[in-house]
Amino acid sequence: MLQSHNLLAVDNVSVSLGGRLVLRNVSFNLAPGEFCGLIGANGSGKTTLLRSILGLTSPSAGRITLNAGNSAGGIGYVPQKLELDAQMPLRARDLVELGLTGNRFGFSLPSKSRKAAVDEMLAAVDATEFADQRVGRLSGGQQQRILIAHALIRRPPVLLLDEPLANLDLRAVAEILVLLRRLAREQNITVLISAHDMNPLMGAMDRIVYLAHGRAASGTPAEIVRTEVLSALYGYHIDVIRVHGRVLVIAACAPDEMPAVLDEHPAHVTAIP
Amino acid sequence: MIFAPGFFTNTPVQTALIIAGSAAIISAATGVFTIIRGQSFAGHALADISSAGGAAAFLSGISPILGFLGVAVLAAGALDIITPRRAAERDLATGVVLGAGLGITALLLYLGVTLHSTSGAAITVMFGSMFAIPASLIPLNLAIGVAALVIIGLIYRPLLLASLNPDLAAIRGVPVRLIGLLHLLVLSLAVTLSAMTIGAILSTALLIGPAAAALRIARRPAAAIALAVAFGLISCWGGILLAYDSYNWTPGHTWPVSFFITAIIFVLYLLSGIRRAG
Repeated sequence: MLQSHNLLAVDNVSVSLGGRLVLRNVSFNLAPGEFCGLIGANGSGKTTLLRSILGLTSPSAGRITLNAGNSAGGIGYVPQKLELDAQMPLRARDLVELGLTGNRFGFSLPSKSRKAAVDEMLAAVDATEFADQRVGRLSGGQQQRILIAHALIRRPPVLLLDEPLANLDLRAVAEILVLLRRLAREQNITVLISAHDMNPLMGAMDRIVYLAHGRAASGTPAEIVRTEVLSALYGYHIDVIRVHGRVLVIAACAPDEMPAVLDEHPAHVTAIP
Repeated sequence: MIFAPGFFTNTPVQTALIIAGSAAIISAATGVFTIIRGQSFAGHALADISSAGGAAAFLSGISPILGFLGVAVLAAGALDIITPRRAAERDLATGVVLGAGLGITALLLYLGVTLHSTSGAAITVMFGSMFAIPASLIPLNLAIGVAALVIIGLIYRPLLLASLNPDLAAIRGVPVRLIGLLHLLVLSLAVTLSAMTIGAILSTALLIGPAAAALRIARRPAAAIALAVAFGLISCWGGILLAYDSYNWTPGHTWPVSFFITAIIFVLYLLSGIRRAG
C-alpha cells in the first residue's frame, strides 16, 4: 500500500448513532491536491462521515488516518452555515483571525505578522472588498468565502466542506467552485466537498465518493456514476441518464421490498429546469 | 446643581459607587457573551433565582452577598446540566426551575419577616438598597469582580469561537463544554454583584441592557465589550447621582437608586436604536 500517496485514508469505517448504523464499512483514500465530491441524498451519512474525519464523532469500527507528515495545520472545516445575527459584532476579518487565534487563552497584542496573514488570506478568497463588514450582513456566498479563509489560514493539507453550495445561487456556486479548484491546485490542498446534487461538481471532481444507505463507492466520476455501480450500491435498479450534460440518477421503479422512504431516493432526481 | 453637597465625601455614596461600579463592569462585559450565546433567558433566570439566596441569607443572618453567590453558582451548575438539550426544551426547563426558585424566595422572605419582625428585606433582596450596603463588603465585592474579569480575559477568544459555532471550536481543541461552564460561572458572579447593587429581580437589566445597546452599535467584539462597560458605568453612577440629588427634590426622601439605574439603561437602549438607524 502506498501510504505516502494517501494523504487521508478512511479504512473500513462504521459509525452507529443512537443504535442506528449510519455508515457501513466505508473505505476510500484521498491523494494530496485531489478535489473530491462526497455525494449522496439527504440522510445518506455525508455529515456523519465528515464529522468522523474531523474527530467530532467516533467510529464504532475502522480507522481514519491523516498522513500529513510535519504539517501542523490539521484538517480545515467549513460548516454548512453560521447561525449569525446581523448585529453580531464580528467583522469578516475578525472571523478569519479567529482561525489563527480562536483556541488561544488570554489576550495578545495586535501583531503585524498576524494582520498580514489575515490580509493575505482575505485576498486569496477574493474577500478584501468586504473584509471590514459584519459577517452577519454578508451574502451566503460571501460568508462561504470568509469561512473558507477561516479554515485555511492555518494552512491545513485537507479542507472539508459540508454542503457549501446548498444555499447559494447559481452564480455564487460557480464562483465558489472556481475558488476551491484554484486553492486546491495552487496550495496543493485536498478538498472534500459534500453535496446532494453532483451536477455542479461534475466538471470539477477528480474523485467521487458516492454514499447510499451508509455504504460508499469511490473512484473517478466515470468509474462510479454508472448504472451497474450505483445499482449495486443502492441494492436495487438505478438508471444513470445523461441529458444535456446533466446527470440524472433515477430509481426506475421502486421494488416492493424497498423502504418507502422517498427522502432516501437520490435527491438529484428532482425536476429539470 | 449636578453634584449636591457632600456627594463625594458621603461614605454610603462612596461605597455605592464602588459596589455598583464593579457590578456594572462585570455584568456588562458578561452580558455581551450571554446575548451572543442566546442565553439571555438563562441569565434572567439565574438572576431571579439568586433572590432565594438573598432571602436565605436574610433569614439566617449571614452576609447577603454570600447567599446570592451560593445560589447563583448552584443555579449555574443546574443550567449547565440542561445546556446540551434543544433550545425550546432548555427554555421550558429554565422557566420551571425559575418558578420554583422564586417560590422558595417567597417562603424564605415570609419566614424572615415573621421571625425578625422586619419588613424591608423583600425590597432589599428584590430591588436593592444600595445606600445601606456596609463598606466592609467592598473587599469581597472587588475579589468577586477581579475573579470574573480574569476568567473573561482568559477564555475571551475560545468563548467567542465556541459561541459562533461549537464544531469550529471543537476541531481546534477548544474544550467547548468547559468553556460554556466557565461562562455560566462568570454569569453567576456578575449576577451576584448586580443583585447586591440593584436587587436580584433587576440585575437582569444591568446584565442585558447595556450589552444590548452596545451590540446595536459596535462592529467588533472588543468594541462591544468596551461600549457595554461604558453604558453600565454611566447607568450605575448616573443613577446614584440622581438618587442622591433626589433628596433635594422631595425633602426628606431619597428616590430608589434602582429606579434611576434601570431608567438610564432604558434610555440608552432607545438612543442606541436611533444611532443605528442614522
